[in-house]
Amino acid sequence: MDIQVNGKILKFDNKAMTIADLLDAYDIQEKIAAVERNKEIVKKTDYEQTILADGDAIEIVHFVGGG
Amino acid sequence: MIRERYSRQTLFAPIGKDGQKKLAEKHVVIVGAGALGSANSEMLARAGIGKITIIDRDYVEWSNLSRQQLFTEEDAELSRTKAKAAAERLQAINSAITVLGIVEEFGPETAEHLVEQADFVVDGTDNFNTRFIINDACAKAGIPWVYGGCLTSYGIVLPIVPGETPCLQCLIDQLPQEGRTCDTVGVIAPAVQITAAYQTAECLKYLTGYELSQEMLNFDVWQRNHVSVNISSMIDPHCLSCSSKATYPYLMKQQGIQTAVLCGRNTVQVRPAQTGNLSIASLVKQLKPFSESMKDNGELLIFTIENTRFVVFKDGRTLIHGVKDVKQAKKLYQRYIGA
Repeated sequence: MDIQVNGKILKFDNKAMTIADLLDAYDIQEKIAAVERNKEIVKKTDYEQTILADGDAIEIVHFVGGG
Repeated sequence: MIRERYSRQTLFAPIGKDGQKKLAEKHVVIVGAGALGSANSEMLARAGIGKITIIDRDYVEWSNLSRQQLFTEEDAELSRTKAKAAAERLQAINSAITVLGIVEEFGPETAEHLVEQADFVVDGTDNFNTRFIINDACAKAGIPWVYGGCLTSYGIVLPIVPGETPCLQCLIDQLPQEGRTCDTVGVIAPAVQITAAYQTAECLKYLTGYELSQEMLNFDVWQRNHVSVNISSMIDPHCLSCSSKATYPYLMKQQGIQTAVLCGRNTVQVRPAQTGNLSIASLVKQLKPFSESMKDNGELLIFTIENTRFVVFKDGRTLIHGVKDVKQAKKLYQRYIGA
């Protein structure tokens, strides 16, 4: 399945991939991220249940503490 | 010609001469005089902000010079406090504005009083804990601020307007673990500069009467990625910091001696219950039998005992390097500096 993440198209084999899995793959702590799926913000409490579909466009932004 | 100083900025139509007048009447508080604090404060001083207050708890070290643009080798050699060195440099850049450098920790004791006087607050910190204190103080006083963070080649910028946009507490409901920091995985100056550029732009927009962005911006200057997401729907109606039920948890004052681990730096900060009671001169006398090398630069005292480096500020606040354990740091503090 093809998913667009931050503008880049990536291929994933996992058919039941959730937003939580995706953040995990990017090594991003869930609580410091904001995720948009097809232009809609996904609630943090829905990360575990939201299963990605072929063609989804995902934007991930996250906080860092440095400066 | 002095009156030419702002000519290029006033030619920029959205600011113009009216905007320039507004900037001259404003007070910006910059929390932290590290990389982001340096970059933001230099741009704001050059832009002619009427008053700039910059607060920082640390002193200049050689590892700062790769990106903390206000500081020189001399500042590192003398271990000057960042707030004083920064204020001096900013005043030299623009003598027509008022600059105040405060050598202190931006904590529950100092935050509210400082933020109340500001028109806008710029985040130049390097840790989440201090940002949550900024967030609470700004929410309580109704003062907008701009979050800035950078790490490796990556940066994030988010303006926060209390009552209008989600605050930091709405977006992150509990203090995150620091995980990777500039002291463990590094940071490059271009990431600092882009982060600061967006922060300063939002600050200038606000001060000259424009709406701030509702988007959280992320970029990676090495990979050349930019992502911006509108997070306005993430406002939390039960937020502990910005809703009508706010309790401002990060402004609660602690009792007694306080400690803070400076992440990634193998350093613990110890803060006495009451600051401002220490005489550096009598401390030097008292410690002479224990330490061969002592350095007093007029702003702070540095010495090494038990293979541990102590940096004591005039107000009694002490950084103990080479120690990870808070209990051990407290013990060392009480042994050599006093209660």
